Amino acid sequence: MTAISRDEVAHLAMLARIEMTDSELDHLASEMDVILGAVARVQEVAGQDVPPTSHPLALSNVFRDDVVIPSLTPEEALSGAPAKADQRFKVPQILGDAE
Amino acid sequence: MIRNSASVMAEALAKKEITSVELTQLHLDRIDAVDSHVHAFLHVDREGALSQAAAVDAKRAAGEKLSPLAGVPLALKDVMTQKGIPTTAGSKILEGWRPPYDSTVVSRLKANGIVILGKTNMDEFAMGSSTENSAYGTTHNPWDLDRIPGGSGGGSAASLAAFEAPLAIGTDTGGSIRQPAAVTGTVGVKPTYGGVSRYGLIAFSSSLDQAGPCARTVLDAALLHEAIAGYDKKDSTSINAPVPAVVAAAKKLDVKGLKIGVVKELSGDGYQAGVRSRFDEALQELVAAGAEIVEVSCPNFEYALAAYYLIAPSEASSNLARFDSMRYGIRVGDDGNAGAEEVMKMTREVGFGKEVKRRIILGTYALSSGYYDAYYGSAQKVRTLIVQDFAKAFAQADVLVSPTCPTTAFKIGEKSDDPLAMYLNDIATIPVNMAGVGGMSLPAGLSPDDGLPVGFQIMSAAMKDDLMYQVGGTLEAALLSKWGAPILSQAPALATK
Amino acid sequence: MALTFNDAIAKYEPTLGLEVHVELNTLSKMFCGCATEFGAEPNTQTCPVCLGLPGSLPAVNGKAIESSILIGLALNCSIAPFSRFARKNYFYPDMPKNFQTSQFDEPICVNGYLDVEIETDEGMKVFRVEIERVHMEEDTGKSLHVGGATGRIHGAEYSLLDYNRAGIPLVEIVTKIIPGTGKYAPQVARAYVTELRDILRSLGVSDVKMEQGSLRCDANVSLAAIGSGKLGTRSETKNVNSLRSVERAVSGEMVRQANRLEKGERIVQETRHFLEESGETRPGRSKEQAEDYRYFPEPDLVPVTPDADWIETLRATLPEKPSLRRKRLKTEWNVPDKEMTSMVNAELLDTVEETVLLGADPTKARSWWLGEISRLANEKEVAPTSLITPAQVAEVIALIASGDLTDKLARQVVEGVISGEGTPAEVIEKRGLKVVSDDSALMVAIEAAIAAQPDTAERIRGGNIPAAGALIGAVMKATGGQADAAKVRELLLKHLGQS
Repeated sequence: MTAISRDEVAHLAMLARIEMTDSELDHLASEMDVILGAVARVQEVAGQDVPPTSHPLALSNVFRDDVVIPSLTPEEALSGAPAKADQRFKVPQILGDAE
Repeated sequence: MIRNSASVMAEALAKKEITSVELTQLHLDRIDAVDSHVHAFLHVDREGALSQAAAVDAKRAAGEKLSPLAGVPLALKDVMTQKGIPTTAGSKILEGWRPPYDSTVVSRLKANGIVILGKTNMDEFAMGSSTENSAYGTTHNPWDLDRIPGGSGGGSAASLAAFEAPLAIGTDTGGSIRQPAAVTGTVGVKPTYGGVSRYGLIAFSSSLDQAGPCARTVLDAALLHEAIAGYDKKDSTSINAPVPAVVAAAKKLDVKGLKIGVVKELSGDGYQAGVRSRFDEALQELVAAGAEIVEVSCPNFEYALAAYYLIAPSEASSNLARFDSMRYGIRVGDDGNAGAEEVMKMTREVGFGKEVKRRIILGTYALSSGYYDAYYGSAQKVRTLIVQDFAKAFAQADVLVSPTCPTTAFKIGEKSDDPLAMYLNDIATIPVNMAGVGGMSLPAGLSPDDGLPVGFQIMSAAMKDDLMYQVGGTLEAALLSKWGAPILSQAPALATK
Repeated sequence: MALTFNDAIAKYEPTLGLEVHVELNTLSKMFCGCATEFGAEPNTQTCPVCLGLPGSLPAVNGKAIESSILIGLALNCSIAPFSRFARKNYFYPDMPKNFQTSQFDEPICVNGYLDVEIETDEGMKVFRVEIERVHMEEDTGKSLHVGGATGRIHGAEYSLLDYNRAGIPLVEIVTKIIPGTGKYAPQVARAYVTELRDILRSLGVSDVKMEQGSLRCDANVSLAAIGSGKLGTRSETKNVNSLRSVERAVSGEMVRQANRLEKGERIVQETRHFLEESGETRPGRSKEQAEDYRYFPEPDLVPVTPDADWIETLRATLPEKPSLRRKRLKTEWNVPDKEMTSMVNAELLDTVEETVLLGADPTKARSWWLGEISRLANEKEVAPTSLITPAQVAEVIALIASGDLTDKLARQVVEGVISGEGTPAEVIEKRGLKVVSDDSALMVAIEAAIAAQPDTAERIRGGNIPAAGALIGAVMKATGGQADAAKVRELLLKHLGQS
């Protein structure tokens, strides 16, 4: 495997929304290199003819009836909120548009 | 009394030789006495436990029909939500969070009158094999306080070995029930995937996670298994079928005619000599009891570890995205100027430990465009090969066996700087999770090398959990008669404070 | 000199793509049992699942699956024998899990089409809009931005989140690229969304209220020089929340892009927002770096594998297609296109049909609902159907036909029903609104009118029939309008020897 660069790790940290210092990024880049080198073994046996398994169970069509069940009270819903106002979760300003 | 098995305690409760309040208090006292050394618990709910116990006593006094384990105390891994009780999953990011709801496992424990003593320590978000990754300090192995109790469920296993609780709940994503059981001389079972509801289990890797019973005997594990297992419509991946009759199987004490498959690939280099010798001796006990031993080959198991360390981090990177400080948990850096995104980043930097960050980054990489097929996609294919290996093996044998882990408990700090060495602990337990089959670890004796417990793993096909209990119960009885006393009687006495 | 729309279409060929999000009207959410009422108090319809609390797990609403399959069938799609939910991973505070449970490469319905008819220079013309996919996902919560000048995201000091909407089932309907619409692109876009809305309404799967956000449209537009055979870079315009806006957004975007291209500027592939006031679009706030959604199969859910029986059972329940139904009713009722369109636009087609089925004349039913009742509804700012029932309207129309009510009296009856005085019969009784049909009573009034205007009566006797109007008016006035004017005329002329 080719080495994973610090910039690549920085991009991953951005995608994962984790702040990292330069030294953390360097350290993680070298660790990732070792780990990826080890896990890349999966490619040895993952041939075209092998179907993927994403789940150990072969279940399908598990549905719930369209029935309303009681919600949490707003007090319960907001009980863990770091900040709240007007029965809503209060969060820092949101920059950037939604999807 | 606290050194008895849960079933003996349950019998004493049923005969009214002791009340649940008394039994609970004995365990709370024991926790007070030894937990400063072991650090199995993150939170002890004294009042809640005693009031649950009093409620069971009242029902018993009123002559109500109670379930078999009613009134027996239990330690709950801190990864399960319990309404109003601090639940952290071993992470700083959830410090102070009290869930507004019960997990299905907790609802069932309560419905069975099982008394919840408190929450046990674990590797952060169940990522680890030593409990060293907890944000709240390491748990110590009661056999040797300088050694790890296994992980991620080290707190649950240690609480059993230290006689702080007779029963515990664990969760197993790659061995987190079985490996701690092995290194603490206790019993731990990972049921068939879908056998026990995951609702309220804080997810690490959704397609691998499975809650299960931890105990000091096979029968106790079976009793707890039946209490918590069964279909739950809140978990779309739970199996809508009757729970295998594991209690009856644990009591059978007979393996005549059963074929026991020894997995060729789960032995050899990397397995300590002492681990191998105890494993071989245990195997002979099964032969003596009338089982037939066959060797089976699962050639793709050697890729399981690599596939696991792609699949589990991938799912985890998504499961752990919700910890962003917006709705619950700690919030860092909200100074009125920082935007939501910055606050998320700062909170996640501070709130997650090293191993968790490492796995989130690894998982993010494995799922990202351009790498998905090579990593996550290939790992899923390996999963198919492992499923096929198991299918072939179970066609040749009723259960499969191996050592639970390659080594006995290692020293605290010994592997914490080497993630790959740490990951190797799970080499024998991971294939079970990849295929969703059942797995159990029970004590095979003490290693002649270091006098520490060795675990014997039994694997059964999906929804054939009863078979591993049947073999486990038989082996346990044979070893007990050989040893004369339960293995934990050989553990050193803990200093009481 | 800026290019106009006409300049733009003279040089450039537009290509459209439309993505419509529909909130299903299930009682409970997509993955949990919380209610879906619009406008509930904040955070009263939330639970561990839709708040994304640690440990919670989704459970699929079966009704939402059925609705999705019905939508696919109505849009002539194939229903996938195997489809799956996937996680779309990105962080945003209105999304509790920081991933959206959606469908990615295995959607529930694929490859359909919808024919829409629009008026062109050559008369009515059908455009076929091909549907690429119909997939299921969940809605996000709502954020309120506090501290900014306009309540907008920009300049806000903090935001408040309400997760009542989080987890409401959404179906996304995505077209393939729609080429060849030329100057009709804005109308085709509008007609497509209109037709889609009518289909969804006829299926009963959604409230389809664009103003409440239960139907939302994103319009992709690109331009290429005519004859170039190329496909231009597209922009995606969001926040288009009325049918008229769909049309305006497409034409506005065509003009904007044409002007950029004309100046030699590049079209940026971006998200833009439609501005209702100006009809223009503005760019969205772009993120610091491109997202990578890292889709993977949702491990907490199992695949959806509808069998043929289930699909056929659902197909059998499909209602008549709205376009066919309109054609049928137009013929049956013999109404011009324009009238048909106004009924559809006023959302009164169902109501008129119901009134007709209760025995009313189609023309009369239409004119009552679109005329008097709509006028009163507009005054009160409510829906016409909330004021009076089709049965009551049919009753009034029947009373006119039988001569028991005049049009004028009927208006009073309708007004009485609307102001809560009871059924039409009760209003007639209470207000005493029956037509005066008693000849002797009328004769008294006629004689009084002749006595008051003897000169006029003389002229009528002399053969000046049109002069009768003045006397008829006087009689009508004297009877408070409760007389049948034709009857009065008949009696008057007879009395004066002119019949």
